[in-house]
Amino acid sequence: MIRLAVVSGKGGTGKTMVAAALADVSGVPQVLADCDVDAANLSLLLDPRRVSTEEFRGLAAARIDLARCRDCGICADRCRFGAIVRRDDAWTVEALHCEGCGVCTYVCPMGAVSMEPRLCGEIYVSATALGDLAHARLFPGSGNSGLLVNEVKKRALARSAGKDLLLADGPPGIGCPLIATVGGMDAVLVVTEPGVSALHDLERLVTVCRRFEVRIVVAINRFDLAEDICRRIEDYCDREGITVAGKIPFDPAVVGAVRSGRPVTRTESPAAGALRALRDNLFSELGLP
Amino acid sequence: MKIAIASGKGGTGKSTVAANLAYVLSRSRDVVLVDCDVEEPNLHLFFPAAAVDVPVTTPVPAIDPARCTFCGECGKFCRFGALSVLKDSVLVFPELCHSCGGCVLVCPQGAVREVPRTVGRVACSRPLPRLTLVSGVLNEGEVQAPAVIRAAKMLGEGHPLAVYDAAPGIACPVIETLEGSDACVLVTESTPFGLHDLSLAAEVVEKLGIPAGVVINRSDGEDAPTVAFCREHDLPVLMTIPFSREIAAVQNRGGLICRDLPGWEERFAGLVRKVSP
Repeated sequence: MIRLAVVSGKGGTGKTMVAAALADVSGVPQVLADCDVDAANLSLLLDPRRVSTEEFRGLAAARIDLARCRDCGICADRCRFGAIVRRDDAWTVEALHCEGCGVCTYVCPMGAVSMEPRLCGEIYVSATALGDLAHARLFPGSGNSGLLVNEVKKRALARSAGKDLLLADGPPGIGCPLIATVGGMDAVLVVTEPGVSALHDLERLVTVCRRFEVRIVVAINRFDLAEDICRRIEDYCDREGITVAGKIPFDPAVVGAVRSGRPVTRTESPAAGALRALRDNLFSELGLP
Repeated sequence: MKIAIASGKGGTGKSTVAANLAYVLSRSRDVVLVDCDVEEPNLHLFFPAAAVDVPVTTPVPAIDPARCTFCGECGKFCRFGALSVLKDSVLVFPELCHSCGGCVLVCPQGAVREVPRTVGRVACSRPLPRLTLVSGVLNEGEVQAPAVIRAAKMLGEGHPLAVYDAAPGIACPVIETLEGSDACVLVTESTPFGLHDLSLAAEVVEKLGIPAGVVINRSDGEDAPTVAFCREHDLPVLMTIPFSREIAAVQNRGGLICRDLPGWEERFAGLVRKVSP
């Protein structure tokens, strides 16, 4: 089985659109994962039927038992995250800031602080016409998005027996959720676009991906909006020895397909044709049928 | 006043709005623009200038082998898996450390001390006479984005007017950016993805109690669901930027539409009047 993550560095370059299109035309047994748990959108294109919902508990958060608290404030002094604050004349934990380290429970002389599990999101498995989809919802403002990505990947892997492809839609950026997504993958498809920001972000992303044993392939979306910068991206990939497996034109059919909640490859359009070609190049690159 | 630009969904045009807003503000007053999208900072591409770098460090444990008895207390305490105590050695995984200082507290031998570890930098420049740019840059491979955001915001302190450009998403980097902001501009695009993620971002600003308004970017005229959402949630639509190849071209080469295209300086001045009266 090939494990492939669609990533981008810069947000909004078309990861989800490309991931849904590849899933649509892959033609191989597959399982899908939406690892962009902050803003999970892949399910919006796949008409999913929810099979299971689980609670996601991140690292525990501190709670102060005011009946035992003697108001010394040592916990607040020692908390490096400013998570213990004075409110209504009592110490209280600001859950948004609590990293769950447990220092407050250790320093409290009264044993008044305990660590309690906290609900940070939900993990779903859904059935779609294109295969099972593991996805999630991070509750707004919760931390632990990297942990949640790992849980989503685990659910997808558990359903990967007999599959040829695990296809993950990744998060933007190069931080914690991206690193959690790329770990254990065989290949990443970087979707970029011809802009100075996207090129800059592509370079940083490639630097991060190089630390993993992962094959890097690039697709350039909306390539015709700035052909000169598109050439700069191709030159960069050339220098880095990275294959550009596809170039997708700007095409109003893409937004149309998103609005009707389906992969753009269901339409007869220039973008659909380019995505089919991307699939063929990418799969031959990865040794998939 | 501190104005944050956020979005939920990536690539909706946060940096476009932040850069143009700061440009227009700087025509009449001093403003600091803080790039808090430290994983992929881009604002320096719109405002090229020589920058001074300040490293960002976080404290991580170092074990004194002369004092350590391998009792295992530090490894037991660390909830982030940053310390692993073996029979005759201690493995430190600094990239997993959250710098809580717990290992120092629990060590009965005083064998743990903290040493600074560089996780990123903040680049400060003055690209225009009244505009200061402070860019947080997370080093590739690091995960402590909030530490770099905190450092960037701190270096931006002391200006009467600040614009914060947030990362996409709704997790800790966004919270870190929004903290202490007086107003938030949520940038969206008129697609189901844009709307879905706008609703998440709106939940975050509501939770933090920050007044917010919406900019609809790359509009193709089919904005009705977004406008209806904004009405239901008492979010004023502050500005609508249409999709055009001309605007995309300016953006893509790192230009500013309010400097390079006629009419946009006035329109962003209108946005300024709404967010910073």
